[in-house]
Amino acid sequence: MLVILNPLMRIIEIPMMALQRLLGVNRLAWVFLLPNLLLFGLFAFLPVILNFSYSLTGGDNVLLEARPYVGGRNFETLTSCSSFLDPNTCIEDKFWRAVWNTLWFVTLQVGIMVGFALLTAIILNRDIRARGFFRSVFFFPVLLSPVVVALIWKWILQREGVLNAFLDWIGIGGFNWLIDAEWAFAWTVFLSVWAHMGFYTLILLAGLQAIPRDVYEAALMDRASPWRTFRRITLPLLSPTMLVVLVLALIKGVQTFDEVYAFTGGGPGTATTFIIQYIYEEGFAGAPRLFGLAAAASLLVAIVLVMLTLIQLWINRRNVDG
Amino acid sequence: MRQRILTTTLLTSAMLAGAGAVSAQEVRFMCYSDGNECEVYEDVLNRFEAENEGITVAIDVVPYQAILENLPVQLAAGTGPDIAKVTDLGGLNEYYLDLTPYVDAGYWEASFGDTLDWYRGGDDRQGIYGMHSQLTITGAFINATLFEQAGIEIPGEDATWAEWAEAARAVAEATDTPFPMAIDRSGHRVAGPAISYGAALFNEDGEAILVDDGFRAFVQQFVDWHEDGTMARDVWAGQGGATYQDAAQEFINGELVFYYSGSWQVGRMNEQVGDFFDWQVVGSPCGPAGACSGMPGGAGIVGFAQTDHPEAVAAVIDFLAQEDVYAEVTARTSNLPAHLGVAAAGVTYEGVSEGAQAALNAFAGDLPDVAPAAFAYQGYAGNRAMFGITVERVSQAIVGELTVDQAMERAAADLEAAMAETQ
Repeated sequence: MLVILNPLMRIIEIPMMALQRLLGVNRLAWVFLLPNLLLFGLFAFLPVILNFSYSLTGGDNVLLEARPYVGGRNFETLTSCSSFLDPNTCIEDKFWRAVWNTLWFVTLQVGIMVGFALLTAIILNRDIRARGFFRSVFFFPVLLSPVVVALIWKWILQREGVLNAFLDWIGIGGFNWLIDAEWAFAWTVFLSVWAHMGFYTLILLAGLQAIPRDVYEAALMDRASPWRTFRRITLPLLSPTMLVVLVLALIKGVQTFDEVYAFTGGGPGTATTFIIQYIYEEGFAGAPRLFGLAAAASLLVAIVLVMLTLIQLWINRRNVDG
Repeated sequence: MRQRILTTTLLTSAMLAGAGAVSAQEVRFMCYSDGNECEVYEDVLNRFEAENEGITVAIDVVPYQAILENLPVQLAAGTGPDIAKVTDLGGLNEYYLDLTPYVDAGYWEASFGDTLDWYRGGDDRQGIYGMHSQLTITGAFINATLFEQAGIEIPGEDATWAEWAEAARAVAEATDTPFPMAIDRSGHRVAGPAISYGAALFNEDGEAILVDDGFRAFVQQFVDWHEDGTMARDVWAGQGGATYQDAAQEFINGELVFYYSGSWQVGRMNEQVGDFFDWQVVGSPCGPAGACSGMPGGAGIVGFAQTDHPEAVAAVIDFLAQEDVYAEVTARTSNLPAHLGVAAAGVTYEGVSEGAQAALNAFAGDLPDVAPAAFAYQGYAGNRAMFGITVERVSQAIVGELTVDQAMERAAADLEAAMAETQ
């Protein structure tokens, strides 16, 4: 191997030495960082700048140079409300319906999902029969495409779907699950929990397995009850992992779009329309295409996501320092 | 040996250059099908290619959603196809290729008449921008077998929406059918009934207003029908946003008595209902305003100015516009003709039952009842925005998020905002 590598290194060494002489040792680091910086700039930083630029323009032309500058008008349209609690008092009521739907969805989905993921991880961490099989079963939905997940549940829940056929068979009678706003929202939360729980279960399982066994053995010798062991040992030692799971689930929850769009299309009415669907519809599906309004809304979402990430970093730092 | 190599190289270069020349004349046609249109176009365009050496037409068959959502973005970015089948007829006018310099304008004016206006934007009344390939008109299908089973007489030609609703409810009750009535979830479909209820859609100055007393009256009736179970709730409440949803499958399954859709569904009914039950077309019911209007519409073939081969694009569209080709495509795709010569000569549709032939004739016979406001609405460049607003706000009223008054107030405000953005 060295026979091949050594001559190669010598070839690279010549221009690198020249560069080092030209730039100095300290500045040479930028040469190594440049490829990554270019990629990051092109695919992450540039779109953010473009998005910001679009948010300050109006009209329906897709080309930035052909769009009139409107300053903060799009942000003003989005945030003009007599009461933020009542979307009907807002100029852009659809945006605030989407915001409130997203907040409710994230609160319910993250709470239920992380709770069940923790419970499942604890069970799967025990020495039960067919543990490997059950781990696969819980993880399987994660492997499915969001559209497949949506279609499976749509077939189950539609008027002539599997669930109604079963309810009819046992004599209860069917129900139009996806036409009623409350039920459609509840099923959307359920579908999302079902589809993503396996991923977080896996992370929590890894966290549980990282807790040293001897701590549990010591608790056993001290005759600590299972509940006390869970509260005083498992939860505190699992908290860094829990934090990661919570923040990841929150961010993913805010970004929910594809599976819900394929599942309910955001209906009935706007009952399951979330913020990303609002952005998509304003910018791409509707007429006229309000790229400026969509860009402004996506910037507001980005700010919320950045805040969530900063909170995670702050708590992480506090835990490490503590 | 050297000479042989040289000859081979020259021949190969000549072939490659030839291939390059051919590919330089390749015309890309973005097509969607309601039934079998793209398949038939491919077939007839094979003949065009044989007659016009050097021009090849590559048909990209795409879903309808791609025409609505992807095509405008591609055109704005300058990466669109050369030709497309579109339904946002006036809305995409800024991208159209004016065919006037390449075709016999007199023939086009005589053959396509007023539909040419639907493709023109602003004050332009001269340019030739598109060939209306399939004329459609909205109207109702009924399940005649259910009426017979219920022993209820089918309402007459001048029956009102209220009379049809009453009859459909009675039939559904007598035959235990889940849904008496359904209207496709589309702003275009609601427009005809709304006009029959007195909606003007435009003010005296020709500016779009959408909401007036007539429009509000129909929306109120429509929402009431959803509340009392006359209308199938699945269609309008089963989706969000402005997404299109039809009720054809419910009708085909025999779960629906009265289905308001349009002439483009005839092929599907003919193919999928078969002998399952008898269906017939009853046109558009009348409203309190005295009109019995449906909405005209349809799709057209347009070329785009950003093409590298304007002459080839014009040649392809002009070929499809010729009376014999147009008549053949119309007959094979079970569509109503917009070509006046073809319509006057009459169309014998291929592979359709007598019932389907009668249905298509019934739709064609409804054209004189279409109100001027309906033609104006179809030709209005901003109609897609109005259709979308209608669907979103009416849906919110149906599911109870907004009252009808709030929904109409919002619809008017949405239209004002949309107009301000596009001016």
